Amino acid sequence: MNELKFEEALARLEEIVRSLEQGEAALDEALFLFEEGVKLARFCNTKLDEAEAKIEIMLEDGKIETLEVNEK
Amino acid sequence: MVHPISVSELTKQIKSALSSPEFQSVAVEGEISNFVHHRSGHMYFSLKDPQSRIKAVMFRGRNQRLNFVPKNGDTLVAVGSIGVYEPNGEYQLYVDLLLPKGVGALHLAYEQLKEKLELEGLFDPPRKRALPALPHRVGVITSPSGAALRDILHVLTRRHPGVRVLVFPSLVQGEEAPDSLIDALTKAQHTDVDVIIMGRGGGSFEELSAFNDERLARAIAQSSIPVVSACGHETDFTIADFVADLRAPTPSAAAELVVPMQEELISGIASLQARMARSLERRIQAERRYINQLSQSPVLQRPEHHLRQRRQRLDELWTGLSRYLRHGVIPKRAQLKNAVGKLEALSPLGTLARGYAICQNAEGEIVLQAEKVATGDVVHVTLHKGSLSCIVEGRHT
Repeated sequence: MNELKFEEALARLEEIVRSLEQGEAALDEALFLFEEGVKLARFCNTKLDEAEAKIEIMLEDGKIETLEVNEK
Repeated sequence: MVHPISVSELTKQIKSALSSPEFQSVAVEGEISNFVHHRSGHMYFSLKDPQSRIKAVMFRGRNQRLNFVPKNGDTLVAVGSIGVYEPNGEYQLYVDLLLPKGVGALHLAYEQLKEKLELEGLFDPPRKRALPALPHRVGVITSPSGAALRDILHVLTRRHPGVRVLVFPSLVQGEEAPDSLIDALTKAQHTDVDVIIMGRGGGSFEELSAFNDERLARAIAQSSIPVVSACGHETDFTIADFVADLRAPTPSAAAELVVPMQEELISGIASLQARMARSLERRIQAERRYINQLSQSPVLQRPEHHLRQRRQRLDELWTGLSRYLRHGVIPKRAQLKNAVGKLEALSPLGTLARGYAICQNAEGEIVLQAEKVATGDVVHVTLHKGSLSCIVEGRHT
């Protein structure tokens, strides 16, 4: 699940909610979808919680350095 | 004396002479006269100054983009190319753009480039790519010392504390700026940034001219990563703004467009989760209700009652059957016996038993009169028991 992109996870979660709300899946499948949905929501939240901002700058020679930001 | 050539050959040569580059891109200032907006949509007019005039035509496809209607007496700048109209042997100006008088060279170049790229389809909405919902890493192309970078970083980190940013320093002003911007954009293609903000703070038309560069416009169009332009000017559009996938009025606004509010996303996901749980719960309740309903059906509730009902029905059927035997079958049998007795009384077999015989000729016809047979005929006589074949020896009528 780590390879998953945030928007892919979000799109799949939305699809699962739609499918559950329309009640088109068999009960077994619905339970399975629910489980998948919970995992996706957790994944999305983890992505959002990655707390440390990382601001870098690419130098002339292609090296990447962390940029010190002094907020006023 | 040279060998004479045909008129059309001469016209062709003149046309070819006029197709040299210096006549293919001209900007000429003059007063409009003889203006006709033909019903076909094309505009025909002359441009003149005190000494000269030139015929001009602006086709419908071009003049539809005009945001004013030219009229006789207006002094305007016409941009276009010189061509020859062969049937009349006339040269005329084919106008691509009409601009107000006194427009500067930079602005003229801007309008020309905008027209050209627009016709090429570089600004078409279907070309625009969607931005990622939550960027993995944001590329920022701008001056490392400008206020624009500070504004962008401030907004990005405020909206999403976990944002990842890679800055590509670039010149944003002066002659070398276009190359520098293109270089930064090219470098960005080889990184994992999935959206790019390219911009600078506001400035005069001249200061923003790097963003009106044709090569930069093409580089933006070819970028495999969506580009948000932010040239710090609410009203004026640069060429980069038109080509970019999204135009932001200021660098701060670009940052807002690129990164969603973290809280909004979190509450969005929470609401999806709640909807999911609610619908599953509803589903389970509905299934449970259905099972209850099934288990309350009479068959499952009181099976012995069901059995008793069946037994009673069986009894009813049995009673019906015996009633039918009594009242239906037995009297019918007596009736049949009676009918058979009557039938026997009428039978010719009874008559034969009393001594009568039946005489038939060879064809099987019954003989009732002696004159119907001749002496020597064979007749057939049926008796009560057995029959006789007889030869007639004599007859008595």
